[in-house]
Parts: sequence; C-alpha cells; structure tokens
Amino acid sequence: MELTAPTTRSAATGWVFKNKWLLLIGAIVVGAIVYAYATNDRVTVAVLASTLRQSTPLILGALCGLIGERSGVVNIGIEGQMLLAAFVAFLANVYIGNLWIALIIGALTGALMGALLAFMAVTLKMDQIIGGTVINILAVGLTGYFYTAGLVTKGKFAPISLGPLADIPLIGPVLFNNPPITYLAIILVFAVHYVLFHTRWGLRTRAVGEHPRAADTVGINVFRTRYINVILAGAIAGLGGAFLTLEGVGSFERLMTNGRGFLALAIMIFGKWTPLGAWAGALLFGFLYALNTQLQFSGVGLPPQLIGSLPYLATILVLAGFVGRSRAPAASGQPYETEG
Amino acid sequence: MTTASAPGNRGNGARWLRQIWRGISVPLVAVLLAGLIGAVLLQISGANPLQAYGALFKGAFGSPEAIQRTLEKATPLIFSGLAVAFAFKAGLFNIGAQGQLLIGAIVAAFVGFSIEGLPAIIHAPLALLIGGLAGALYGAIPGALKTYTGAHEVIVTIMLNYIAINITDYLADGPWKDPSPTNIVARTPRIMPSAELPIFGNIPLGFIFALVAAVVVWWVLYRTTLGYEIRTVGLNSSAAQYAGIRVARTIILAMAISGFLAGLGGAVETQGIVFRYQPGFNAGLGFDGITTALLGKTSPFGVIPAALLLGAMRAGASQMQFDAGVAKEITDVITAFILFFVAADVIVKWLIRQRESDDEQVVLSKGWGG
Repeated sequence: MELTAPTTRSAATGWVFKNKWLLLIGAIVVGAIVYAYATNDRVTVAVLASTLRQSTPLILGALCGLIGERSGVVNIGIEGQMLLAAFVAFLANVYIGNLWIALIIGALTGALMGALLAFMAVTLKMDQIIGGTVINILAVGLTGYFYTAGLVTKGKFAPISLGPLADIPLIGPVLFNNPPITYLAIILVFAVHYVLFHTRWGLRTRAVGEHPRAADTVGINVFRTRYINVILAGAIAGLGGAFLTLEGVGSFERLMTNGRGFLALAIMIFGKWTPLGAWAGALLFGFLYALNTQLQFSGVGLPPQLIGSLPYLATILVLAGFVGRSRAPAASGQPYETEG
Repeated sequence: MTTASAPGNRGNGARWLRQIWRGISVPLVAVLLAGLIGAVLLQISGANPLQAYGALFKGAFGSPEAIQRTLEKATPLIFSGLAVAFAFKAGLFNIGAQGQLLIGAIVAAFVGFSIEGLPAIIHAPLALLIGGLAGALYGAIPGALKTYTGAHEVIVTIMLNYIAINITDYLADGPWKDPSPTNIVARTPRIMPSAELPIFGNIPLGFIFALVAAVVVWWVLYRTTLGYEIRTVGLNSSAAQYAGIRVARTIILAMAISGFLAGLGGAVETQGIVFRYQPGFNAGLGFDGITTALLGKTSPFGVIPAALLLGAMRAGASQMQFDAGVAKEITDVITAFILFFVAADVIVKWLIRQRESDDEQVVLSKGWGG
C-alpha cells in the first residue's frame, strides 16, 4: 500500500519492474484470449461477454465491501443489502414501470441499509459482524414476508450498443454492447480507484480506516467520514442487487442473491481491498463461471456437479498459490471512540 | 453470560448470580422489543399480532410434540453455533460451518446405510464420529491453507461451502443415490435402524448430545492448555507466537474442532431427523450457526438459549402460518431485531482480521446498560 507516500511516482522503468508479474499475467491473458478468438470466435465472445455479466454484481458488492473497510467498517451485510435492493427495485419496476427510477430506488435501498449499518457500527459502536448479520437476516425476513408470488415484471434493461465501438471485432461485442448497470459497474471500478487513491477524500477515508486517532487529531471527522462512505458503499451494493432483478434475471425470487454478497466479500479480500484487484478477482470468477457453463454444455465426461465446483476450487488454488496473505485496513472492524 | 476474559478468572457465588441476571435481562428485553416491532409489522400488513404470536407459541411449546419439534430444530443450531463460536475464540471467522455440516451429514448417512449388521450401540456412535471427523477434515482445510499460504479463511470457507453443496449433490445423485425403484429424486438410501438416534419421551438424544457438546467445548476452552492457547491466539496471535505457542498448529486444530462440531451437527440431523441425506434438507443450518453464536455472545453456554430461541421460532412458524395465515419469514425479521437489541447496547470489542496493535482489547461482553 502506498499509504505513507501516495504522491511519490516512480520512473516508468521502475513501474514496469515493480509490476512485472502483473504485466506478465496480463500478457498471458491477452495472448490466450487472442488465441481462443482465432480458434473459435463465437464461443470466445460468448464466454467473455458472459464473464463480464457474471462479474457485475460481484464487483459491485466487492466495491461496497472495500469502501466500508477502507473507512474502518467491516460489512458482512452485503448479501442482505443486495437482496433487499433487488426486491425493492423489482417492486418499483412492477408498480412504477420505469427501469431507471427502479434502479435509483434500488440504489437508495442499498444506501438506506448502509445508513443502518453505519448507525450500528459508528453510533452504537456495535460489533460490526453482528451489525452485518442483522442486515442479512433482516433482508431475508423482509423480502420473504412481503414477497407475493405472481407479480409480473415490466421488462429488463436491454444492451445499449455504443455505436461504432461495438463493431470492433472481439472487443466490441464484449465491452461495448452491454446493459447500463454493467457499464456503470466498470465506470465505478475506476471511479472508486481514483477517489480512494488520488483525492483528498480518499486519503482521508484511508486514514480513518488505518488510524482513526491520528486522523481525528488532524481534524478529520471520523464519524462523518465513516457514515458517508458506508452509505455510498450501500448504494453501490444496491446497484448490484438491482442488477439481478432489473438486468440479469428480470424478476425476483426468494433468496435470489444466493450467496453473491459473500462471494463479493471473498473477492474484496482476494483483491486485497483495492478496486482494481477486486475487479480482477470478479472477472476471474466471472470467467470461471462462464467457462463452467460452456463445459456443462459441451458435455465433458465429468458430472455437472463436479464441474460446478471448478470456479470455487480454482479460486482457492489461485488464492493459496499466488495471492497469499492479505492485510485488512488496520482499524477495520473497530468502533472509534473520541477521547474525553 | 459474561465471557471470562482473563484465563482462570473466577468469581464468588453472589457475583455469579448477579452475572446470570445481567446475562438474561438483556436477551429478555431484546426479545420483548423485537416482538413489539414484529407486532407493529404484522398489524401494518393486516394480520392479527396476538393471534399470530399465540399460534407461534402454541407451535413451539403448546404440546409435548411441539416441545420436541423445538428441541429438534434447536439441536443443529447448537452444534453449528458452537462451531462458529469456537472458531471465533481462536480469532477465526468460520463462515464454512454450512459446508462442514453438509459433509458431516452425508458421510454419517453413508456410514448409516452402507454398514449392515452392527449393533446400535456401535453403529450410531460410529456414524456420528465419522460424520464429525469428515467435518473436522473439511474444516481443517481452511485452517491449513491459512497457516501455510496465508489464504484468508473467510474466502476459503465461503468457497468450500459451494464445493460442499456440489459434492453432496453429486454423491446423493450419483454413487450414493438411493437405488430403490420408487426413488426418482437425489437422495441417499435410508439409514439402518441401528444408526438412528433414539428419542427419550419427547427429548431427542441428539439434543442431549448437543448439551454435552456445549459443556465439553466450555471445558476445552477454559480448562485446558489447548483452550488457553486457542484463546490467546484469538486475542493476539503475535503475542501468542512470542509466548511460545505454536500458532499454526493451534489455528489448524481450532478449525478442525470447529469443523468437527459442525459435522457432528450434520450427523445428528441425519441420524435423528432426516434418516438419510437429501439435498436441501440442511440448507442454511450452518449459516444459522453464525446467528446463534452471535446471539449467544460466542459463549458455549450462551449458544444453548440462543439456539432454543431460534429453534422455538422455527418450530412455531408453521403453526403460525397455518393458524394466522402469516408468512413464516416474519420470524426472521424478529430474529434480526433480537440480535440487534442484544448487541446494540453491548460493546463487544470483537475485532476480526485485526493486526497486532498496542491497545489490544480483551473480548468482553457487557450487560444491558451495565
């Protein structure tokens, strides 16, 4: 982490040397994609497009988690935030019939749950694991209790083609012909990265997450910083939930998040609490998931349940083999108490 | 129940009583407040709260059969709650109790249906033991990966949950599938009568095992060297290392014991309730272990009333749905608020993923307004 000297820039060669493994992996990935495209363009495009779609709710959930932890609030309630947002966004779509308004309402629902988490973690200084668990159970209860079968959806977001960009071979259909929440997720990855590491607000947020006492001493309002971050993070998780009902599936089912919030948590740790790292994790997972679907289709000799395990198994292997130890922001999980 | 923070911390009789009162007064108020919120929600959505709660209570305690149902629902929660609480004491967040429970459940089923001709006194304990050991092995994986590669146990246990679902689905629909001609679903054959856990009156044997397990867990944690080491690692692993505790061994062992408890929970569910493994029948029980452990303030004895409370709501929910036409998910809403109110006034300085810091706090639970 460049926390101590965020403004130091190493020379270009230094940067290349520092990131040699990253560049090597990047080169291998690009090479593999090009090779696959040359071999079978249709399947390659399908797998990559599916990769991006599968990764969208995961990266949104992971962004939610890491923004919270960067400011010192552990959020294991992502699953609940997503589930409730998915439900409310679905209801909004059914009763209002406007996908964009439904999307905003979904984000607001997530933000509201974020506010609840912040209230528990910051104001009540409650154990943050319990706070997140409260949100998870609450979401299961509320969505289950108020769910009525037979509500008919008013459609879902269609892909928006970005003009000539979408006509580029391989890249076009994969990157530039997506529904809006998928674009939004990609933009948010870079936006959150920029805000966290290149703005004053981001520096303050990280200071609050690493050493709240020091941050407090130099005049940063720890409580306010945590509240704002956790609420904004909740809105992002809300987008992830809304993705499921407004863009992915199109309707609501009980417990439809199906552990994605927990996967997002795993991806956040996998990416070592950085937006770009988490995005890599989400894409890897999305890819394994897409590959999995292809394998099931093509009917390799293995039973489907065992093929179904591959994404999870591969994640463990990558984690154990390459990623290794990860370190949470120092003050993550600790309520802050002012002196005197 | 106040968690003894310093090892060997014992109080005198009067203080003990006061602590017990402080321990139960908080949950009592929490349940009342949560019930009140639930009632408001029921009223708003057009149901009759009194009728609903009456039916809930009747379904949970209204008859010997109802009490048996409550105990049956509470049993796996005690086991998975103990599993999560035990790992918490070592500073580990075992989200994987669910997977360990599934593995324990299906392995116990396998031992139960595949071995013929054993007397019950050997067969039933054998199935329990092997189910528990399977869970222990499955739980040890994230512990070993954490110590040897640094892979975070939260990620690994989440992934292992999904893998466990896939493995058990495969076994129940493949090599261990019930071959009887009438069976078309994925499930194992019924276990032999000799592997079944008996019921004494209306008290399932599994429930008694769960109580015993809680006592054993308490004893291990607070009266053995291993327990001392586990708690020390949980409070500050660097200090533990410095004090000569083998942290790696302790973490793997703690995860294995946690997995053993969860696996035992699955085995008891198989041998006492379901009598076979069938996908979906154990869904969520491991995750509920997290709720149970937190509600019980991660104390072995706190887990028991927490599990009974959750079990009672589960046992009564169907009755409530039937009598009052109220969707049973309202009990989840109430559970969330009970947990909220139990924790709201308590400053549990529970730090996950924390690193060594100078102002390291002991894990403590403070009473309501105390």
